[in-house]
Amino acid sequence: MNTLIITALILAFLGIAYQTGSSRSRALAGTSGRRLHSRPSYHGSAIAIWTLVPLLLLLGAWALLDSYVIRTFITWYLPESLVAEGGNALRASIARVEALATGYGVVGEVQEFERTAAQAVGRFQTTAFLIVVAAATTLAALGLFYARKRITPQFRARNEVEGAVRILLLACSVVAILTTFGIVASLLTEAMRFFSFVNPLDFFFGTVWNPRFSTTGAGGGGEYGLIPLLWGTIQITIIAILTAVPIGLMAAVYLSQYAKPRVRSVVKPLIEVLAGIPTIVYGFFALVTVGPFLASFGDAIGVDIRATSALTAGIVMGVMIIPFISSLSDDIIRQVPTAMRDGSLGLGATKSETIRRVILPAALPGIVGAILLAVSRAIGETMIVVLAAGNSPVLRFNPFEPTSTITVSIVNQLTGDSDFAGPQSLVAFALGLTLFVLTLVLNVGALYIVRRFREQYD
Amino acid sequence: MANLDSTTTASAGTAVTAEERRQRVKKSLGARHRKERLFHGLGITAVVLALGFVAILFYDVLQRGLPAFQQAQVTVDVYFDPEVIDLGERPVQSPGQSPADYSAQLNGWLRAAALLNWNRLLETSIRTIVPEFEGDARDIAAIIDSSQRFVIRDAFTSDPSLLGQTREFSLLASADADNWLKGTIDRSLPDARQQLSADARALADDLLERGEIRFAFASHLFTNVDSRSAPASAGLAGAFMGSLYMMLIVIVLAVPIGVASAVYLEEFAPKNRLTDVIEITINNLAAVPSIVFGLLGAAVFINYFRLPLSAPLVGGLVLTLMTLPTIIIATRSSLRAVAPSLRQAALGLGASRTQMVFHHVLPITYPGILTAAIIGVAQALGETAPLLLIGMNAFVANIPSSPMDQASALPVQIYLWQGNENRNFFEARTSAAIIVLLGLMLSLNAIAIFLRSRLEKRK
Repeated sequence: MNTLIITALILAFLGIAYQTGSSRSRALAGTSGRRLHSRPSYHGSAIAIWTLVPLLLLLGAWALLDSYVIRTFITWYLPESLVAEGGNALRASIARVEALATGYGVVGEVQEFERTAAQAVGRFQTTAFLIVVAAATTLAALGLFYARKRITPQFRARNEVEGAVRILLLACSVVAILTTFGIVASLLTEAMRFFSFVNPLDFFFGTVWNPRFSTTGAGGGGEYGLIPLLWGTIQITIIAILTAVPIGLMAAVYLSQYAKPRVRSVVKPLIEVLAGIPTIVYGFFALVTVGPFLASFGDAIGVDIRATSALTAGIVMGVMIIPFISSLSDDIIRQVPTAMRDGSLGLGATKSETIRRVILPAALPGIVGAILLAVSRAIGETMIVVLAAGNSPVLRFNPFEPTSTITVSIVNQLTGDSDFAGPQSLVAFALGLTLFVLTLVLNVGALYIVRRFREQYD
Repeated sequence: MANLDSTTTASAGTAVTAEERRQRVKKSLGARHRKERLFHGLGITAVVLALGFVAILFYDVLQRGLPAFQQAQVTVDVYFDPEVIDLGERPVQSPGQSPADYSAQLNGWLRAAALLNWNRLLETSIRTIVPEFEGDARDIAAIIDSSQRFVIRDAFTSDPSLLGQTREFSLLASADADNWLKGTIDRSLPDARQQLSADARALADDLLERGEIRFAFASHLFTNVDSRSAPASAGLAGAFMGSLYMMLIVIVLAVPIGVASAVYLEEFAPKNRLTDVIEITINNLAAVPSIVFGLLGAAVFINYFRLPLSAPLVGGLVLTLMTLPTIIIATRSSLRAVAPSLRQAALGLGASRTQMVFHHVLPITYPGILTAAIIGVAQALGETAPLLLIGMNAFVANIPSSPMDQASALPVQIYLWQGNENRNFFEARTSAAIIVLLGLMLSLNAIAIFLRSRLEKRK
């Protein structure tokens, strides 16, 4: 009901304001005999902005404060003992009063103070709503009259509207900054809280990861050594890169230098399908197909390979990165000037010699940048390692054994936990901070290299 | 090219003639061409390997998941026996009764209905079909999914006039029976390692032979919610709705905000400090691991703003922030591709900058913006890791009716199902869920390609 009234109010003011503005300016154009600076639709929009912005601001403020004000109001009617006690009993009592006030009623005996409170709240809610609507209407009407008075032939309505549009666009692009700020601020504050439990040196250089359960003991119980996780991450990343770079790079070379355009136009999107597959699908694929296959393969050649191991996760992650490497390298190889390629071919070098001696060295910085980007993606990848790496955070150097990574531990420590009280859940933020800094450094480095490379040939 | 080096050193000497040099090059040609062929072959191998991975992945998922779309179902005639259903009239709301009181009374009646032994009815029905069956009630209960007694109960509570009548029901066989009949469990295993008792297995085979158990399309996979106690009836509806809410939030928030900021940065932004900072942060955000966005969601939306855990609203907000950079970057590149002559023509005819952008530049970039939006939405649809951190992996047994309710999401459901203990049943289920997810993503992309070609033709 209330939403309906408010929507109707907003729409009504929108219509009235726009209509007033455009018809007034039309009338003015007819009588004053002068050309108006802006077209009627801009006058309409300008007045609509002047009317709606105060209206929406007021309604927004009320929407934020509404529930808080009403709860405070209810506590005035509750017995003092209950208010002093606070906690769940108070919250339940407030909920009962609210349910009574809406007319839905409650189960069980209604106490006297609850009935009076509910009646008072009902009256208060109606009055408050009326006051807010009245205030909003007055404010909007004031805006409307003020803006209407400003309509003259010289009124630069278009510039005003465009200014408003521009402010809106700027506000949208500031969201990115706010997000980054939010990430950095939340990671830093929570990580600092973690470091108040655990010495940063123990965290960054500790070689044992054993956080224990938050229920078994007091705060500082477990050991939070980053090194086993970091090593697991690096190990899996190396395997992934060893899988992805040869295949991805050779595919890019083949598609850009050898393949006919028709083959290229079919094969390239097909390879890029790999990039669109959700990582959980790769994880499942690794768990049920690649892992058992590798294990039986290991049996056949007499090596003990576990089904969930660094190798399984690494290979599947490598498959995931192939399209990443191949399309980036493809772009970069195509940016190498054709004059260099033609010159080499003209001197009698074969195609492969040209590629190995001329094109790849020229494209090398760009390719290194692409590989760095791929590394940063591999480090931050979560679902594949959660499912296929075996979740065994022990410092081991054998890639055929299970391992664990930073991302896996974040998921394990934080999943389903909402009150960040102990180091068991707070450590996720310290790990997240490490991850964020690692990927940030890699990305900045990669972007710098790629940009330098572009400038070289542009 | 070692041979070329050697010719240069040789030519530095005195006695090498042009003829000799030619001979040397010729002699080395064979080896060089062999290397060329080898290199070419390596290229083809790489492409074949990459395509092979795509093929294996799709083949593997399809081959595992397709059987799960067919499921064993038992057709039975259920007699609503008044002796078993010992229950008063369904309460009616009397005038003057408050809604709260009425719902309490109705809940009491429903609770009494829930306590009845509905399995007795099923047992009787099965024993009428197979009179010679001698196993006990547990064997019969074991081959029918445990959720099916609620199907019968709900049929009764919504229509109490069924009392004393008989009606036909098509009920789901249990996951264990489904495994046994499909052969996803080794039939030669000894009794101790079978999921069903010998009597129950014989009964299932018997019913299949009589045609009372059929394999039918598992429509409940799309209409039911997840279930732990009754695995055969577990479906994707809840997860699907959760994903749908999140996608709607992403479309409503990420697309307009992303396009607006791309337009601002590409068309209006003055060259100053703020613009530089925005540019750098967007590029970095695009490469921040998705799980970090999950940490942001947990710390800011859940812990600071106290939004509910497991709500699609929070998931949608997190995914919005995550996809924003993708949408911004893709939109910017399509804005950049607009010919400068178009802008100059508009400006030259006296259009303002805003008019130029909104009347001339944006309309011809619609196909590009559409593609950007769909790429972003598809990325958000497949994302799992950040959702785990905001509690969306909780078990939810209801279809969420609003974005503030608890819900799961399709990729999270896949994660939950792959971890289910009933491995031989849920492996197929998980693959079926993956097929649904991939199908959704492929159709999103197909829609994008279709709309794009339509829009481009119109231009």
